[in-house]
Amino acid sequence: MREVIAERAKRVPPSGIRRFFELVMGMEEVISLGVGEPDFVTPWHIREACVYALERGYTMYTSNYGMLELREEIAKRLERDYSLSYDPADEILVTVGVSEGYDLAIRALVDPGDQVVVHEPSYVSYKPCTIFAGGEPVVVETRVDDEFKLTPEGLEKKITDKTKALILSYPNNPTGATMDRKELEEIADIVIEHDLVVVSDEVYDKLTYEGEPCSFASLNGMQERTVLLNGMSKAYAMTGWRIGYAASNSEVIEAMMKIHQYGMLCAPIMSQMAAIEALRNGEREVREMRQQYIERRNLIVRRLNEMGLECFNPKGAFYAFPSIRAIGLSSEEFAEELLRKKKVAVVPGNAFGDCGEGFVRCSYAASINDISEAMDRMEDFVKDCL
Amino acid sequence: MVILMDEILRILEKDARTTAKQISAIVGIPEAEVKKKIKEMEKKGIIRKYKTVINWEKAGKEPVYAMIDVKVFPERERGYDAVAERIMRFPEVRALYLISGTYDLSVMVMGRDMKEVAYFVAEKLAPLEQVQGTVTHFILKRYKEDGDILFGEEENKRLAVSP
Repeated sequence: MREVIAERAKRVPPSGIRRFFELVMGMEEVISLGVGEPDFVTPWHIREACVYALERGYTMYTSNYGMLELREEIAKRLERDYSLSYDPADEILVTVGVSEGYDLAIRALVDPGDQVVVHEPSYVSYKPCTIFAGGEPVVVETRVDDEFKLTPEGLEKKITDKTKALILSYPNNPTGATMDRKELEEIADIVIEHDLVVVSDEVYDKLTYEGEPCSFASLNGMQERTVLLNGMSKAYAMTGWRIGYAASNSEVIEAMMKIHQYGMLCAPIMSQMAAIEALRNGEREVREMRQQYIERRNLIVRRLNEMGLECFNPKGAFYAFPSIRAIGLSSEEFAEELLRKKKVAVVPGNAFGDCGEGFVRCSYAASINDISEAMDRMEDFVKDCL
Repeated sequence: MVILMDEILRILEKDARTTAKQISAIVGIPEAEVKKKIKEMEKKGIIRKYKTVINWEKAGKEPVYAMIDVKVFPERERGYDAVAERIMRFPEVRALYLISGTYDLSVMVMGRDMKEVAYFVAEKLAPLEQVQGTVTHFILKRYKEDGDILFGEEENKRLAVSP
């Protein structure tokens, strides 16, 4: 038979996490710190809003943009938190998770041959989505010595006359790094100088533990050039609902909406109804969950450092990203050995980019008891290795 | 300091068995200091005691609970407190509240069986001279108590590894 798979699809390797997932699946009594989602179930009043919506027969398509009522709540949220003003009519698009959001953004912005700058370590989808769109991802490595922030020098070096866009992802998965207003302003200067567009994935913004979260779009002159992406998954513990949103100027949103319209049509209506309830009445639970993440972060970071795995103190999201260089194993060897010998699952850092080698990602979206037990086992493992 | 106390209390309220070592790592003060703080709060009566939430039905017992509305004559100068203090000392009384509305006191009673509860109402509670009348509601099923759902815990449905 002829070659059926397109070059584009072949060029992208499967996610490094997949193989590891299969390894874990075959084992019992594993404590998993490998999960990229909250361990909380969605707060009940939000789930109840969905049940009520179904009872009343909300089972139809919505506007391609998403329900106006939801877009209005999103606009209010961005106004409240960042003093950003977006018109719910044509500057906000409800997406199927932030995952669809950046796929749409990149496809709407990138022509074949355009370069897209991606900082790493970062979430696994940015590079593949760029390739699927025909663009060329260009990686800027961030370093633990810079607290995994994107530095102006690092960015500047990678910019060519083909550079079209920059994907920013803070608070960052897997490092937990954040960037404050002043640091982002230095990036904004470069964005203006080279006439770039910024796709800013801010899905962890409400899970910022030190300093105020700053939306890139709220910087002087940046709203016009930024596609702000956010969603319900992390802060409201709503991963399975698949509700994200994009906010930008009407021209970009219309282009994204066109792709969304033909490819997806709309996000599920019952999830949108739940998201409305979450945005209206969910702040108390967000605060409570955030407080719990802080407690767990403090515990895990201290334990990791004490056992000799030097760990950057994450300022947001729910991941610790310790260096495992002292052990003398590669990230994958470390994760596999730890899993086999002590039944603790962590994700090898190189799953998030080559420069993640030498690190592992430990999610602290787990109970205090599980974290404590996992740290005890990991400490034993480290002792055995040294 | 107040914030620190609050934090320790919040952690213990969720799980009284959280060790001083774990709390020390969470709040960032030495373990000995945590122990001292907890002792202090125990002494001051901020921490009253550590109890276990038990689903007795699962343990094969079938205790009977009743919520009893009580209408009383308040006493001169002491209001409702005098009669409340008499009622609350009975070991059958699990909870006692002064409430607004048609009745004055709400008494939660637990007994080994229905007879025991009925006996308590007829022989101990109703005959009190301040008590005008009672309405007894036997509890048919307990769903949630003190903020804890007593059955049907939601299990974790997450995938073991995800990006």
